[in-house]
Amino acid sequence: MIKTVSQAGLAVNEKLKIQKNSIKNGNSQKRVCIVTGTHGDELEGQYICYALGKYLEKNTDKLNGTVDIYPALNPLGIDSIMRGIPGYDLDMNRTFPGTESGTMPEMIAHEILEDIEGADICIDIHASNIFLREIPQIRMSVPTSETLLPYAKMLNVDFVWVHASATVLESTLAHSLNSAGTKTLVVEMGVGMRITKEYCLQLMDGILNLLVNLEMLTDVEIPKIREPIVSLDGAVGFINSPAAGIFVPEISFGSTVEKGDIIGKIVNPLTGSTAENAVAPCSGLLFTLREYPVVYGGSLIARILRQEDNNND
Amino acid sequence: MIEKTIFVLESVYREPLEVKAFCFGDMSRKTICIMGAMRGNEIQQMYVCARLVQELKKLEINGQIVKNTGIMVIPCANYHSMNIGKRFWAMDNTDINRMFPGYNLGETTQRIADGIFTEIQGFEYGIQLASFYQSGRFLTHIKQMVTEFTDDDGLVDFGLPYALKRTPKPYDTTTLNYNWQLWNTKAYSLFTHSTDDMKEDSADNAVNAILRFMKNRGIINYSIHPGYVTSVINESDMLQVHSPCGGICKIKTKIGDTVERGQVVAEILNPLTCEVLAEIKAPEKSTVFFHFESPLIVEGTVIFKLIKNDIIRGD
Repeated sequence: MIKTVSQAGLAVNEKLKIQKNSIKNGNSQKRVCIVTGTHGDELEGQYICYALGKYLEKNTDKLNGTVDIYPALNPLGIDSIMRGIPGYDLDMNRTFPGTESGTMPEMIAHEILEDIEGADICIDIHASNIFLREIPQIRMSVPTSETLLPYAKMLNVDFVWVHASATVLESTLAHSLNSAGTKTLVVEMGVGMRITKEYCLQLMDGILNLLVNLEMLTDVEIPKIREPIVSLDGAVGFINSPAAGIFVPEISFGSTVEKGDIIGKIVNPLTGSTAENAVAPCSGLLFTLREYPVVYGGSLIARILRQEDNNND
Repeated sequence: MIEKTIFVLESVYREPLEVKAFCFGDMSRKTICIMGAMRGNEIQQMYVCARLVQELKKLEINGQIVKNTGIMVIPCANYHSMNIGKRFWAMDNTDINRMFPGYNLGETTQRIADGIFTEIQGFEYGIQLASFYQSGRFLTHIKQMVTEFTDDDGLVDFGLPYALKRTPKPYDTTTLNYNWQLWNTKAYSLFTHSTDDMKEDSADNAVNAILRFMKNRGIINYSIHPGYVTSVINESDMLQVHSPCGGICKIKTKIGDTVERGQVVAEILNPLTCEVLAEIKAPEKSTVFFHFESPLIVEGTVIFKLIKNDIIRGD
């Protein structure tokens, strides 16, 4: 059933509506929320919402509980290829928990949060932005990891990154929900403005596996779920561009690299010269790689999960 | 005056971004730093700083800068965005004023923030010419974030009618103002009427307020009108009035006006028929501190910020 979670009148003859597809069966009070589209340029979650909605509508009889699918928390951003909220230039994922008496984005954030609160699990799906490609991964802060890690392992991702807390991230949907007691996992995968079907189907299997583990889905066959690498901040090596120019990768995304390997070149098309090489600071899995070629000094080129620090706990 | 380049960022096809600072007095002493535009649409903020550079040049020539004090003015840190009409960083749309204290090995705007902050930390006073994310007009005012490091004595030394105190939210913790305070600088944000366009009267007020502050803090010898007795107000005590619907927005009052309870201060019209959809009425007798300014408005937008007359006080 399609429901409107929040709405606001736009200036000319149109309403902004945040909608969800609420799929319910059986007598279980359990509820899982699938949320995406907070950033208008992140579209990987679109295919997952479609595929999951289609699957559950076809297999409603196997469902015991409620699955709420929110495909577009920022519909205007998706419509206009804008990461933030058009008209405000605000990052929606810095407006939570919102407030009833705030500006339009804050009021919408408040109503979305109220609607999701109380769910057993929320999965907040992000793609990367247009600049970077990411393998399917879940990110969580250290304080939430004890609670969330068991669920993260059900979701068929390759990697779980447990990072330090930052005050500025307290304005995110995930932080606000976790603070309110609603367990929320943040998925990052793929690249902005594109759909990577392979990754979407991988996560889809994970979501179905989660529903089975929560006893919300029965009589379904789930492929073997992969065991993610779980890693702390210190195990991640960053490569930022050492110069301005055009980045040309020399290595495949998702491959294992050795310390000192050239990840790519920063070239200058005007002079036909190579300004700098981007070099791996450590050996390990290349789990982030720059997709958008134009770089300034400092632009993120890649992230590597250090081999020697990996643990599969 | 010494002109100094405090940060350089190379670009593949554009000339390097060179952040310029203009220094006056004894720069072995970091007394006061004034930061202008960090966003590409902060034209008024850059203009106020540029006007200040002219005033300080004259004061320096006339020997009116107090001995053992150093003044730095940075009119514009982000002209790469300004030159192409973008508010945030030209390439990735990130906000330099959400990157402090910066990180010299991080992303581009983290490096810009780090490069600037390395130069401007350690000043006794810091004034940022700030802007609001929403289209509208403010009374020129000074604002300070309340932290455990706050020293609010200086708020009244600007001689502006109003000073606001704001309790920071999580997203404020990466702003310049907040980080200046963490590094022991007494930091203030100065808001003028406008952002994208230049308003001469408001720029006059801002330049005079900064010069007045410098005089009152013993940085310059200068003769200037003492200004207003400042009312210090907690931001949370202001009345916020939201638009109940979307449409054409007609404001019927001006900033600084006193409005009576029940007075119609704006109308929202149907944009296709001009039928009045809503009359916005003042909820209390109050002073108009902010009003929205754009022909079209979305439901829920803050259309007015009002100061109730019974909370205005000298401080």
